[in-house]
Amino acid sequence: MATDSTREPLLTVSHVSIGFDGTPVTHDVHFSLFPGTITALVGESGSGKSVSAMALAHLDPSQAEVSGQAFLGSNTTLNILDNTLDQASLQKLRGGQIGVVFQEPMTAFNPLMTLGKQVEESLIYHQPKLSKQERKEAVLHAFEAVRLPQPERIFTAHPHELSGGQLQRVMIAMAIINNPSIIIADEPTTALDVTTQKAILQLLEGLARERHLAILIITHDMGVVWEAAQYVYVMQKGRIVEEGSTRQIFTAPTHPYTRMLLDAVPKLTVDSESEASPTADSQAPALVQLEHVSLSYSHRAQAKLALHDISLRIGAGETLALVGESGAGKTTIGKVISGQLTPQQGTVLIGGDNLAGLKGKKLRQARSSIGFVFQNSSSALVPTKTIGWSIAEPLLVEESLGGTKLSSQQRRERVEELMKHVGLDPALASRFPYQLSGGQRQRVGIARAIALRPKLLIADEPTSSLDVTVQKRVLDLLRTLQQEYGYACLFITHDLGIVQEVAHNLAVIKSGEIVEQGSVSEVLAHPRHAYTRTLLDASPRIDISAR
Amino acid sequence: MSTATSQPRSASTPARSSQHGAKPGAQPSTQPNSKKAAARARSRWASPALVWGTVIVSFFVLLALLAPVFTLITGNDPYQEHRELLGSSSVPTGFGGGISAQHWFGVTPLRGVDVFSIVSYGAQVSLGIGLASTVISTLLGLAIGLLAGYFPGVVDALLSRTMDVFFGFPFLIFAIALSAVIPSSFPRPLLLILVLGFFGWPGTARLMRAQTLTLRERDYTTAALVMGASPWHILRYEILPGLLPLLIVRTTLAIPGRIGSEAALSFLGVGINPPTPSWGRAISDAVNWALVDPMYLIFPGMALFLVTFGFNLLGDGLSDALDPRKGEKA
Repeated sequence: MATDSTREPLLTVSHVSIGFDGTPVTHDVHFSLFPGTITALVGESGSGKSVSAMALAHLDPSQAEVSGQAFLGSNTTLNILDNTLDQASLQKLRGGQIGVVFQEPMTAFNPLMTLGKQVEESLIYHQPKLSKQERKEAVLHAFEAVRLPQPERIFTAHPHELSGGQLQRVMIAMAIINNPSIIIADEPTTALDVTTQKAILQLLEGLARERHLAILIITHDMGVVWEAAQYVYVMQKGRIVEEGSTRQIFTAPTHPYTRMLLDAVPKLTVDSESEASPTADSQAPALVQLEHVSLSYSHRAQAKLALHDISLRIGAGETLALVGESGAGKTTIGKVISGQLTPQQGTVLIGGDNLAGLKGKKLRQARSSIGFVFQNSSSALVPTKTIGWSIAEPLLVEESLGGTKLSSQQRRERVEELMKHVGLDPALASRFPYQLSGGQRQRVGIARAIALRPKLLIADEPTSSLDVTVQKRVLDLLRTLQQEYGYACLFITHDLGIVQEVAHNLAVIKSGEIVEQGSVSEVLAHPRHAYTRTLLDASPRIDISAR
Repeated sequence: MSTATSQPRSASTPARSSQHGAKPGAQPSTQPNSKKAAARARSRWASPALVWGTVIVSFFVLLALLAPVFTLITGNDPYQEHRELLGSSSVPTGFGGGISAQHWFGVTPLRGVDVFSIVSYGAQVSLGIGLASTVISTLLGLAIGLLAGYFPGVVDALLSRTMDVFFGFPFLIFAIALSAVIPSSFPRPLLLILVLGFFGWPGTARLMRAQTLTLRERDYTTAALVMGASPWHILRYEILPGLLPLLIVRTTLAIPGRIGSEAALSFLGVGINPPTPSWGRAISDAVNWALVDPMYLIFPGMALFLVTFGFNLLGDGLSDALDPRKGEKA
């Protein structure tokens, strides 16, 4: 454990305060990193965890005011946070002694350069004496170290030819290529699928052990902390509020904020005798029925099917969770059900109507009985209109579809009522989307979706861009509203962890095919398909007794 | 997370620049902070480009509007000749092409017409034709771009091919040929407005079409579609507000181009007919006298340069001010 006092820390950080425009963002932050250990810095968006860590590599925003000390090993003469460091020692530090892994592997690489060249670049800076051949060998060696298959092929590949997980491995290879003693990984798995996430975390663990690296993982996800870290610092509003070994933090959290973070983590309980998830009334009449639906985005005959022979059923008032990895076709199903896409084969019935057969006003009327909640709460609202307008928009649409005309007073009242329903202060109605937090915006999206009392709500990853404590509140809201409004819900997610909280039934989708479906408790307790089991294994499960 | 806005200091490490704004609600700075936001908004609207652009453009608008007033003050108009001010070989005598209390910019060689009057009345012609033709091309461009962008398939194909044809059209040759064909009884300024207006729209239309295509794919447009909104509703509430900032900027930046085109056509002798004053024709005249009377070239030339510069500044300033996301990270 990292608390082992006999070991020398590789990096000691103390009294770090960072401010912008005179407003402090972090206060007196301290942490130590030990060789062979993964340390996690956990906190929500805006808690200052990333700025603190990035300041070490001098990757903080240039206008930040940084004060404090950070010493490498026992060398207390060189404060690496010193702003007067010259360019040469800065370069030696960055990449040489501290390697950095970023969150979005897809956008962190130059799309026009081969990956080999990009990894080689940092060798040219840090080890200029190497010959071309030696450099290539070093890169291939690093690719092997991060367990990339066919290093030779990846050396000459461009970023678009690799998957997100593979690119993240390349980025890790880039971070370790100059044999640094410290790696800072900023949300290294947030952009990845859950199965890929597990593999990347295992890789980091292996590297820490084999190379005696001190790794700092910055994350908001307690699941990641549990999987990978040995020591944890919890950060809230720019302060370290609690620290301790992972076991300590998870078994005996002392600070209320830590307890809140832990409570908010969706618990996946798989024992068959667990309390039953909201019971599914399978006798409920089908509201949505998909029969043998196949869809291809291309008109060529041999084109790959985005959806292959999908049959689904959502009963009135029930929630069906659709789970799968990115690219599996989850969102496509949402689009088919909401009538944005027409499948080439199969039938889609919504409340007995076939959307494909409708046109013009009839189609629009059918659509108005469907509510849609988007993943990205900021792009789902018209940026130039107020929140109040966005919530009132469905009412405007309903009027144009022949609904009763409302006076602006009545409309305002409806908006107020809806805002109260979703837990928003009606005073926010005159605000613009960018003035709200992500959680508030998502509530606006929900208010808009339920404004016409829909029979069906389609929620496409509604919480995946939210902090975990906010996620919990939004999920709670969706559940309470369902009891009140009685809508059926298609809940699209990649996170098996939250399925139990919201859904009655579960369908697992892989490469455009449904591999398994049934009631949530049944599928989680007795997964029949191998892929469901992989997903279950990969989702971070916090199980104290197993550790 | 506040690093979502971080700019790596070096390019040697993988940059995360494309992450800006990728995490909704992630930055503490998006929390309502009305005082700071108001201050930022003020500073956006007070950028040097915007201020100077407005000053320069207003100056020329005033110059054009007040041209008759100046005539009352100085007693000059752009038609009256003052041959008594010309020396040997018809060049104005005195400093700077005959600058005096009565002739602020001097007089022209050969005929001795007051240059200040030419510049101020020329401003009426230049700005008038520039603004009017831009209004025509902007409205056409907006309507055609919206339709082409929102209705894919046949409508888009037809409109886009029309744009291509107009783009490929040799505008200058067409304008010259037209001026030869159209009887001289047809008012020239109107002809120029129509020619410049009807050839100016494809650029705007293409821009509007492209922007409409991206706005149609936005989540909020999908949201409206799923609500059951009609195409009219979506165009009106979802697409059009998103086009406006771009359209305003595009329009402001298009005006100097039109003014330049008018000057160019007049320079070539197919624009405004004499004796109506025009910067382009004055410049074309002055080129012959540039060595003996450089000021005759410099005054209308500076006017053309400044008004173009002013509109460009204004357009740049507007484009910064209208995008709330710009400048926030600086």
